[in-house]
Amino acid sequence: MSVGFDIGQHVLVPKHEILSKEKAREVLERYKISPHQLPLIKSSDPVVKAIGAKPGDILQITRDSPTAGRAIAYRFVIEE
Amino acid sequence: MAGVSPDTIKAEVRKLDEMVSEAVVKELEGSLLRVSKAGAITREELSKIIEGVKQAYVNAMVEPGEAVGTVAAQSIGEPGTQMTLRTFHYAGVAELNVTLGLPRLIEIIDARRVPSAALTTIYLKEKYARSKEKARTFAQKIELTTVEDVVLQTETDLINVVLGLTLDRSRMQRRELTPSKVASAIKEALKVDALIEGYKLRIKPTTQSLSELRRLAAKVRALPLHGVKGINRVVVKMEGNEYVVYTEGSNFSEILTMPEVDQTRTVTNNIHEIEDVLGVEAARNAIINEAVETLDEQGLDVDIRHIMLVADMMTTRGTMKQVGRHGVSGEKTSVLARASFEITTKHLLDACIHGETDRLDGIIENIIAGQPIPLGTGSVELTMRREGEGGHK
Repeated sequence: MSVGFDIGQHVLVPKHEILSKEKAREVLERYKISPHQLPLIKSSDPVVKAIGAKPGDILQITRDSPTAGRAIAYRFVIEE
Repeated sequence: MAGVSPDTIKAEVRKLDEMVSEAVVKELEGSLLRVSKAGAITREELSKIIEGVKQAYVNAMVEPGEAVGTVAAQSIGEPGTQMTLRTFHYAGVAELNVTLGLPRLIEIIDARRVPSAALTTIYLKEKYARSKEKARTFAQKIELTTVEDVVLQTETDLINVVLGLTLDRSRMQRRELTPSKVASAIKEALKVDALIEGYKLRIKPTTQSLSELRRLAAKVRALPLHGVKGINRVVVKMEGNEYVVYTEGSNFSEILTMPEVDQTRTVTNNIHEIEDVLGVEAARNAIINEAVETLDEQGLDVDIRHIMLVADMMTTRGTMKQVGRHGVSGEKTSVLARASFEITTKHLLDACIHGETDRLDGIIENIIAGQPIPLGTGSVELTMRREGEGGHK
């Protein structure tokens, strides 16, 4: 659903970035997991569409956390 | 002895960045700088403090194998027993209905598609937020007005097969409507003739039947004249130094496209709408905010980490899932775990039909099977490599 503005600007939306292939591999190695063990995000998600991520990409999400200040999370883009 | 300079403190504290979370680093730096103004901290003391913080941080971390989910469930569940149980609507914001207490918490955790009292908080762009007049005009623009809202009386003339509407003069004026505007809206939407006689409208159905007349009456009454679909009541309220518009009912995507709206701050309590428009991560934040607000309002102090865990579980699959048999619990891999929760026979039967295997990896399965559970010390397994498999002799 498009609302005609950059949804990344909304207070509820944290920063999403596409990880490069090397960075993505690093993340998976650090946690010793396969991509499907990461939290998922659908390719139809408005933010995924906005930043142009494709299924198979891993997104790095920088959340504002009330406990940690800034927290990094990852999501694996899956086909919707 | 001379103390260390603020720059050294900053440099030393920044080294913690890699292992300690940002909030802790910032707080430590802030308080160290405050204390060391007079150069009161020596180098030795500084490294001791930093070492102490590091140790305290590590001690506070959750240990591997700890049952965080169970702790979260109990930490939210116990305060839940002290919440208002009634489906209690109270006038929290001006005169608007807000669901509070346990019913609201259940709504959030069940990921209901439509909350029982939808509420949108609309922030306006600066130009509109400062002026009461402009905020009011905007409020009027979005409030849904149907023909029924301005009608004083409807009569069905059965002899001439005509629908008569008497319009309310004062209600019309308040909404800046005229009889001709209403008539043309009816004409356009329903393709029927509408005659204007002062504040009376006479509407002729296309076919001269009574059933058609009744159907027409219902359609005319529900016809929207202006406003946004779903926005039923609007209240303008001064908050801080700006006017904020609260609406009963919600239509998030439509509201966000309006030029007067500050799109970056406007929110709704319908979390599904947030997910549709802003994505899962926004939905996760919305779940946390709504749950914390609900608990806070009841004066209950639940650590936000528990709520964050619940929100994470609800959103890990990429869409919002309820915590229940249609969501988090219903998607467990183990048949026994699912069957022990709800609708036991269905799960067991389906598993039999599909020839499912239970790997007995989880807690519930192993309790059922009477084995040690993979939790805490139980989550460690010892295996021995035998000779000839690359192990030690």
